[in-house]
Amino acid sequence: MRRFAGVGLHLTMLTGVVISLFPFYWTAVMATNTTRDMYTVPPKLTFGPELMNNIGRLLTNIDFFGSMLNTLIVACSVTALVLFFDSIAAFAFAKFAFPGRNALFGLLLLTFMLPSQLALIPQFVIMVNLDWVGTLNALIVPAAANAFGIFWMRQYISNAVPDDLLAAARIDGCGFFRQYAYVALPIIRPGLAFLGITTFVGAWNDYVWPLIVMVDPSNLTLQVALSQLNTAHNTDYSMIMAGTLLAVLPLAVVFTLFARGFIRDAMKGALRG
Amino acid sequence: MVSTRQVGAHARRSKGALRSFWPQYLAISPFFVLFLVFMLFPVLFSVVLAFQKWDGLGEMEFVGLRNFEFLLKDSLFWLSLKNTFLIWFMSTVPTLFLALVIANMLNSSVRFTGFYRIAYFVPNVTSVVAVAIFFGSVFATNAGLINVILGWLGASPVQWLVNEWTIKLVIATLICWQWTGYNAIIYLAGLQAIPTELYEAAKIDGAGPVQTFFRITIPQLRPIILFTVVISTINGMQTFTEPQVLFSSNVANSANSGGPGSAGLTAILYFYREAFNNNDYGYGAAIAWAVFLVILLFTAINWRLVSRRARAS
Repeated sequence: MRRFAGVGLHLTMLTGVVISLFPFYWTAVMATNTTRDMYTVPPKLTFGPELMNNIGRLLTNIDFFGSMLNTLIVACSVTALVLFFDSIAAFAFAKFAFPGRNALFGLLLLTFMLPSQLALIPQFVIMVNLDWVGTLNALIVPAAANAFGIFWMRQYISNAVPDDLLAAARIDGCGFFRQYAYVALPIIRPGLAFLGITTFVGAWNDYVWPLIVMVDPSNLTLQVALSQLNTAHNTDYSMIMAGTLLAVLPLAVVFTLFARGFIRDAMKGALRG
Repeated sequence: MVSTRQVGAHARRSKGALRSFWPQYLAISPFFVLFLVFMLFPVLFSVVLAFQKWDGLGEMEFVGLRNFEFLLKDSLFWLSLKNTFLIWFMSTVPTLFLALVIANMLNSSVRFTGFYRIAYFVPNVTSVVAVAIFFGSVFATNAGLINVILGWLGASPVQWLVNEWTIKLVIATLICWQWTGYNAIIYLAGLQAIPTELYEAAKIDGAGPVQTFFRITIPQLRPIILFTVVISTINGMQTFTEPQVLFSSNVANSANSGGPGSAGLTAILYFYREAFNNNDYGYGAAIAWAVFLVILLFTAINWRLVSRRARAS
């Protein structure tokens, strides 16, 4: 009886997994068949031989790899900057009682409450004045440090980095920056991994701000290019799906590789919140 | 051990302290500089903008409260708010319910939980643009998978992306697909933190599984449920990408109108259209502030509702 309940449970869970993963499978099916195959009854449920043809049409219609490169540059730069700026700021907040620390940290928490859309129009005006409209600067610079990362890393560093170790480093003559580089940094690597994945995924998938500021059709990010492809060639499903598949696959693979530790950290974060 | 530098800092609190802590101030400065330039100044500027008429190019013209007067009479704005609430409700209720069910299953099944967690979480790291394109093709009237299957079963096709309610249903389904796994993982974290002694005590007292669920699991999870309700409220009130991508190719309507009958026009999509398609920066800022106030009010109401019920039980 008990075993039967277990089987039922796993069957229910597997149904959920199928619903969860079906869109990836179906995207691949559409990307490897022709659009006409989709009209057949019953629908074709298996992979076909058309992937290269579909990708070929994709590449003639948009600069797919150019926009992917843009997205890669933005996501890597933002991730590197966020990891550095957020972790060093978090280290200062977590381990040093400088005057005004609590007030400044409170201010940082308040910034969570400001919804981003309030700032969108003036941000665009700023970019016009900086002459950054249509450039990757507009996507990288404003995103180089954020409140979430500092908040999260501060929690992490408070628990993970022992005060004794820092005190010993101070006795050996290490200043703030050397304590960060030689004591804190090696210890907080798992925390940085979580923040890094979150930041990279967020930057890769970001849409609203790139849609507003990347106005040059020959120089887009992946998500904006994909959306414009969908708008312009709405009926060529198999080509659009080939693009969608190529856009989603790298991230899905990277995420699956790191997922175990990532989900564990996400759960820890939820309990603190 | 306290370093001599810190002793010195305590002795002379004011200027000397500030000087001795310069590395710390330097370390936290990037965030605050970026915040001042790209967030605080823009938000303050948008207060000014809400009282102007400006297309971003010519002279700004002060119009007093006219943007807000227009807003109150703008039937499209009220429609967009109504759509936003309906889509939020149609997506959040099933999402949080399913997440709770999945979290409980994950918590009870011992084997393969690692695999299940990853499989359920993957939709959340997939780009909304890609998912919206996928849903657009699957729910298309011609050749969409759903209608092909319906036809195969002998039913007549449904115009999913044309009818007022099915438009909202498709958007809500999309959000539900993307966020159920995320919320399930959050709930699972909460479930694992509940002390097992509580369940053992309940068993000794002769409580069944249903009673245990409603008397122990739900009350213990309340803070986490509150957290997920607040997050879904804030996210749901800002729904934008889903209808923007789903209906951007709808040539029959003007761009970003939220589909036939504007049934998918959300508040932020309306804001985007007024600000960046119609270049009406003043009115756009007024809409953004109105939406912000609605979010604040609605989050506060939800907070009160969930936490009051916590006190009652």
